[in-house]
Amino acid sequence: MKKLTKAITMLITVSLLILSLAGCGESKNAITVYNWGDYIDPEVNDLFTEETGIKVVYSEYANNEEMYATVEPGNVNYDILFPSDYMIEKMIKKDMLQKVDTSKLDNYKNIDNRFKKLPFDPEDSYSVPYMWGTVGIVYNTKMVEDVVDSWDVLWNEKYKEQIFMYDSERDSIMVALKKLGYSMNTRDEKELEEAKKLLIEQAPLVLAYVGDEGKGKMVNGEAALMVAWAGDAMVMMNENPDLAYAIPKEGSNYFVDSIVISKASKNVEAAYEYIDFLCRPDIAAKNAQYIGYSTPISKARDLLPEEIKESEVAYPKDEVISHSNMEMFNDPSDIVELYSSIWTEIKASN
Amino acid sequence: MISFIKKSYVVIILIIMYAPIALLMLFSFNNSKLPIWKGFTLSWYAKMFNDASIQQAFMYTIIIAIISSFAATVIGTFAAMGINRMVSWQKNIAMNITYIPLLSPDIIIGISLMMLFSVIKLPFGLPTLIVSHITFSTPYVILSVMPKLKQMDYNLYEAALDLGATPWYAFKKVIFPEIMPGVIAGAFIAFTLSIDDFVVSFFNKGAGVDTLSIKIYSMARKGVNPTINAISTIMFSTIIIILLVMNIKVNKKLSKSQTK
Repeated sequence: MKKLTKAITMLITVSLLILSLAGCGESKNAITVYNWGDYIDPEVNDLFTEETGIKVVYSEYANNEEMYATVEPGNVNYDILFPSDYMIEKMIKKDMLQKVDTSKLDNYKNIDNRFKKLPFDPEDSYSVPYMWGTVGIVYNTKMVEDVVDSWDVLWNEKYKEQIFMYDSERDSIMVALKKLGYSMNTRDEKELEEAKKLLIEQAPLVLAYVGDEGKGKMVNGEAALMVAWAGDAMVMMNENPDLAYAIPKEGSNYFVDSIVISKASKNVEAAYEYIDFLCRPDIAAKNAQYIGYSTPISKARDLLPEEIKESEVAYPKDEVISHSNMEMFNDPSDIVELYSSIWTEIKASN
Repeated sequence: MISFIKKSYVVIILIIMYAPIALLMLFSFNNSKLPIWKGFTLSWYAKMFNDASIQQAFMYTIIIAIISSFAATVIGTFAAMGINRMVSWQKNIAMNITYIPLLSPDIIIGISLMMLFSVIKLPFGLPTLIVSHITFSTPYVILSVMPKLKQMDYNLYEAALDLGATPWYAFKKVIFPEIMPGVIAGAFIAFTLSIDDFVVSFFNKGAGVDTLSIKIYSMARKGVNPTINAISTIMFSTIIIILLVMNIKVNKKLSKSQTK
């Protein structure tokens, strides 16, 4: 017993010692980064430390809301964050971000012009684009004879019980609003009411409202059509060559995850260096290949393997993406409740 | 029919309990990111061992679990001894207070601790994680030590004092050996609770300090990555091996004492 207590005391002392030492190293010349899970090539942080001597203290979150919940109370001072479009809008409103002087970033010029002056940050004064992607329809070419170029195909009786919809209120209501030709950011209750009716009408055709598990089922041919993100579509098409992806002509949603500096950041200079590093074409290409989403940096895209670079799934033609019916979500805080009540009704209808 | 149920009852329960885990282990060897069998591979294990952030999360998880379960065991054991000697109404109050953290949802403990830490300006990171884990596991230790104390004859302790033992010596030689099984059980519960915990850790973590459960959760964003399966498989196998070794040791001890 004595030996055991001794051993445990030793263990604790040693680990406390190590921890306190580790703590010392972090205070100077380190930046804290809070990013989505699995959203960077793990080598990139090491490369950054090698080149600049700045240590990266790295943490991860699973979604925008979770990130917001941990950053907002101000208990932890993160330097760099990676919110999506609508969350950036919200954080700017709440004064949680620092202005980013893009002239200080050598590699900012690499970012394609169409990812500048985006609606959530019209002056490019707070955010630097990191990754982007679209939402569209993944379909099995062996099961779908019609040309898939419109959301209408998801309302086609022929595909009864062969359709997967996304189990997410925002994404599903977006599909209906787009089909009706409205903006997906509408606050008009009449338009939302119409969207609700449309989705209730569609419910009998839907095999299931799926989350992540839909991907595997789609590859297995359990359904013919599915609403999906381009990044997921690439993964699925890789597994099953019969699958194809289309962005409907009525328009769709596209997202941009950007890099921002938190108001609480204490090491702004190092934060600039980190952002600049991530915008360097070779680094951006490394990340794009690891993550599987699309990079907003053309020079980085050129470094990618042929099949990704030329893919119209990951990199749709300019005229598709710059069309005015491609929209980004805006801050939903004011309409969250209406959305969830609509969604509950739709789900309850079948 | 009834006899069939009788015979297969244990098997059915075991299947229900372990089928998901078996499936998860199987897919950790799957040569595809999606849950469709595409052939055998060890690449997810290679990926896991090459990912420094997973190893770091694992290390933090273990450090937090060891320190917090040790502290909770010490605090809980002494608290139980104190509570055990209280008069009945005090005891009732103390025990009910002990039950409150057990019965209240994790998320309430998590948020209230977060508020407390930000008021007293404790730096978020390892300190907050360790203190919060001690907080939620101490009641379990108290509850597992309590019955052992009740079983013990308090006169033994007084007899030891009468025979000249100092209180500390009497605790070491008389009380502690008696309540030892309860203390060890409590320590194990505290340890596993700490490794398990997600909600409380989530609200009290700091920059750069992710526990394994937080890491796994954030990785699941882009679909359940088989690396997660690989981590879980290794954790599960380790626990099974520890249990087996412990069982074998106990059995050996038993058979030894029987032959004596």
